[in-house]
Amino acid sequence: MGELIARTPLDGFEPLTIGDVTLSEVDMGVLTSVAPYKGQTKAIAAALQDAHGMAWPAPGRATGKAEARAIWFGRDMALLAGPVPDPSLAQHAALTDQSDAWTCLHLSGAGAEAILARLVPVDLRGSVFKRGHTVRSLVQHMNGSITRTGPQTFLIMVFRSMARTLVHDVQRAMESVASRG
Amino acid sequence: MRLPCPICGARDHREFYYQGAAVMLDRPEPDAGSDVWDEYLHLRPNVPGAHDELWSHDAGCGAWLRVTRNTVTHEVIGAVLASEVSR
Ligand SMILES: [Zn+2]
Repeated sequence: MGELIARTPLDGFEPLTIGDVTLSEVDMGVLTSVAPYKGQTKAIAAALQDAHGMAWPAPGRATGKAEARAIWFGRDMALLAGPVPDPSLAQHAALTDQSDAWTCLHLSGAGAEAILARLVPVDLRGSVFKRGHTVRSLVQHMNGSITRTGPQTFLIMVFRSMARTLVHDVQRAMESVASRG
Repeated sequence: MRLPCPICGARDHREFYYQGAAVMLDRPEPDAGSDVWDEYLHLRPNVPGAHDELWSHDAGCGAWLRVTRNTVTHEVIGAVLASEVSR
């Protein structure tokens, strides 16, 4: 058997800076969707806290820190990003490995909000969309997940198959915002 | 048009997929008879005014919603999770 080399969705993509904003691929580690079984939301919240030290995210929220986050990912679902899920979680929720399924980008800089305003039909300004807030929405025509991870930093996720399209769309918005000075 | 998702809040209609009249939530019993099934499958009153519809928050939380919308004024009156509609 040949030697297999894992490649990220945008393998070799160098961070792209236009104006004051930088777009870069980020390795989130292991990605696991956690979908609690019926009536098990309280139990999975306790198990997540015990095993990984973070709260079960309410709709529109992300908990944890950079190396280990729980991101609300839709109705009755969270994405555990970073650690290998503790086996105890499987008693209360369906766990599905999604590590290779998502393109993960950071968009960082003072103009990031203006760029996302051209791509996402949700108000992501800092006054209403603060650190630890997340949405499932559209990025142009792609279903995606957007999370504010810092004062001027967003995590953008779309399906892996759309990696190059995501870069294309974000880059065009970055150029457009930068050209306005 | 924006639809008030009970989970996500008010969202642009681009995020949603439209299924049709919410009558689909009232599925008849299997032995209800051909007249009842005929009506369920094919007959829609098309009344002007408040209208219950099914929308999927496809690009958002993924939930099915029953949205009440005025077909004359296009006012969106409200939305509930389809799973919480009592039958
Ligand atoms: Zn929703």
